[in-house]
Amino acid sequence: MTSMTYRDAMRAAIHAALESDPRVFLMGEDVGRYGGTYAVSKGLLEEFGPQRVRDTPLSELGFVGAGIGAALGGMRPIVEVMTVNFSLLALDQIVNTAALYHHMSGGQFSVPLVIRMATGAGRQLAAQHSHSFENWYAHIPGIKVLAPATVQDARDMLAPALADPDPVIIFEHVQLYNTEGEVSAEAHGDICTAAVRRSGSAVSLITYGGSLPKVLAAADRLARDGIEAEVIDLRVLRPLDTATIVASVRKCRRAVIIDEGWRTGSLAAEIMARIVEEAFYDLDAPLARVCSAEVPIPYARHLEAAALPQPEGIVAAARAVLGR
Amino acid sequence: MIAPPPSGPVPYPADFALALLRDMVRIRRFEEKCAQAYGEGKIRGFLHLYIGEEAVAVGALHALQPQDNIVATYREHGHALVRGVSMNSIMAEMYGKREGCSRGRGGSMHLFDAGARLFGGNAIVGGGLPVAVGLALADQMQNAARVTACFFGEGAMAEGAFHESINLAALWRLPVLFCCENNLYAMGTALARSESQTDLCAKAAAYNVPTLKVDGQDVVAVHEATRQAARAVREGGGPCFIEYQTYRFRAHSMFDAELYRDKQEVEEWKTRGPLHTFSARLKTEGKLTEDAFLALDREANAEVERAAAFAEAGSWEPVEDLTRDVYTLAEPESRI
Repeated sequence: MTSMTYRDAMRAAIHAALESDPRVFLMGEDVGRYGGTYAVSKGLLEEFGPQRVRDTPLSELGFVGAGIGAALGGMRPIVEVMTVNFSLLALDQIVNTAALYHHMSGGQFSVPLVIRMATGAGRQLAAQHSHSFENWYAHIPGIKVLAPATVQDARDMLAPALADPDPVIIFEHVQLYNTEGEVSAEAHGDICTAAVRRSGSAVSLITYGGSLPKVLAAADRLARDGIEAEVIDLRVLRPLDTATIVASVRKCRRAVIIDEGWRTGSLAAEIMARIVEEAFYDLDAPLARVCSAEVPIPYARHLEAAALPQPEGIVAAARAVLGR
Repeated sequence: MIAPPPSGPVPYPADFALALLRDMVRIRRFEEKCAQAYGEGKIRGFLHLYIGEEAVAVGALHALQPQDNIVATYREHGHALVRGVSMNSIMAEMYGKREGCSRGRGGSMHLFDAGARLFGGNAIVGGGLPVAVGLALADQMQNAARVTACFFGEGAMAEGAFHESINLAALWRLPVLFCCENNLYAMGTALARSESQTDLCAKAAAYNVPTLKVDGQDVVAVHEATRQAARAVREGGGPCFIEYQTYRFRAHSMFDAELYRDKQEVEEWKTRGPLHTFSARLKTEGKLTEDAFLALDREANAEVERAAAFAEAGSWEPVEDLTRDVYTLAEPESRI
């Protein structure tokens, strides 16, 4: 086991991909000379050169679409969109082209493209730089959506994403980049299952991405009070691993979903619906969720904190469904 | 600037000149049949006819090579036909049949053919442009001697996608041939009503891209200009932009009452129809007889009838296969 940061794990994954497959290249705004907005690609330009670590103009629609074309043309592009906020400028290419090409062409063309983007709030970057739109992308058939929440997953999910013949979007929560974690020598990188991050039997806490550390902190507090929560990390937001979710809920009979997205139309809502469809009679209490408050994420530190899911709120929600 | 094509007699041997004419007639007859089938309810959805613009696809695509990539718009029946996609599979696609070139998933606006390197059929205006840039990037990175020809209408030049794409292509000197089919109307909006700069070549030139304006009703002019531009692109000179000045004789789609343009204007453009002007020219030059034209027309009609019969006889994809081809590798249903 080695200890490293989420950022370094992601860089190691990109480095390994560039080293092992000449079809792989990295493209995006400031990925080269600047070293990546979040310093993920620092040093890669120097090592792999400007053909394979490409700085792009500020034209998200253009370079994401170019990634699609390059994938169709035999390459394995990793396109970095600086943040999910700017991915809205590329939404047409992602939704109308990348996701549809295989189906519209009757199965003739595949788009083996990986799009990475930072997501989420918590750094006082205010409303236009704090979005969580994972659920928008997870809504769309034809793409796969990953949310590595651990350092191990940051290192290990890129390779299977690149090996996948279809477009894969990887969400990297901005609050995770500095987190440290243990990484095993061998890869544990499937991109189809959820993971049980903590075993328990009192209540299922189901979450993904940047909320995982908060949920684990909440589970620790609950444990101090004798409540053993099970923590499910979705890892893959499309296709959802419903079986793992349902198995946990059947065991715990109570569940809280924690999702940094806004509550209305959220991934949390989708997960609750699946639990109700498949495990309604196994439930001992109504389901609950902890989502972001339905406001644009404010700048001021105390307001931002109040808008986002926090361990205290997760603990309170878990206690409420347990009635204690 | 690239030099304009030479004037004078048709600079081709008779068999190649007839091949150009034959493809224009094939497109015309095919689309007339499509319009009829639409009226009979056999083709549904949107149907955008290329009638009047045939010289562009025919002249341009005959100037390209089989290994080149083609990215087209939703008005792409002609491009698919000239590119060698079988008329049977295109008509079957129109009918929504499993034997269609996109297995009935695409319809008129989404004709695809991997073998012909036809990357669609894109129904988002400007949507094909970034994809074409990426295809060309892949070729540049893999040292492939390939040109990517991207067709789009003048309406797409108001989209950000055009500007982002041509900038990237020029910045990285990518082998993209930007083929602007300027038919003067973005659906019902005339060029001058939507663009502050109506000189389309000036827009492209702003990105340091060589440009060429050509009479899109003249298949020879189209062919010569495209050949010249494609050669420059293939030799590594970076992208080129060609504006083909053309005109659509029919409505935008089957739902268009054409309230936005004068009938007189349409009639004037029809006097410059690409089929009759080219066949008249060939006759004048002694390269075509009336009998030969009639024979060629009969062949085209026969091919169209065979395609319609093929489409009629085609099968429907079983509904059990509704969700195939969403992902390349089948997903276990429980996980979606």
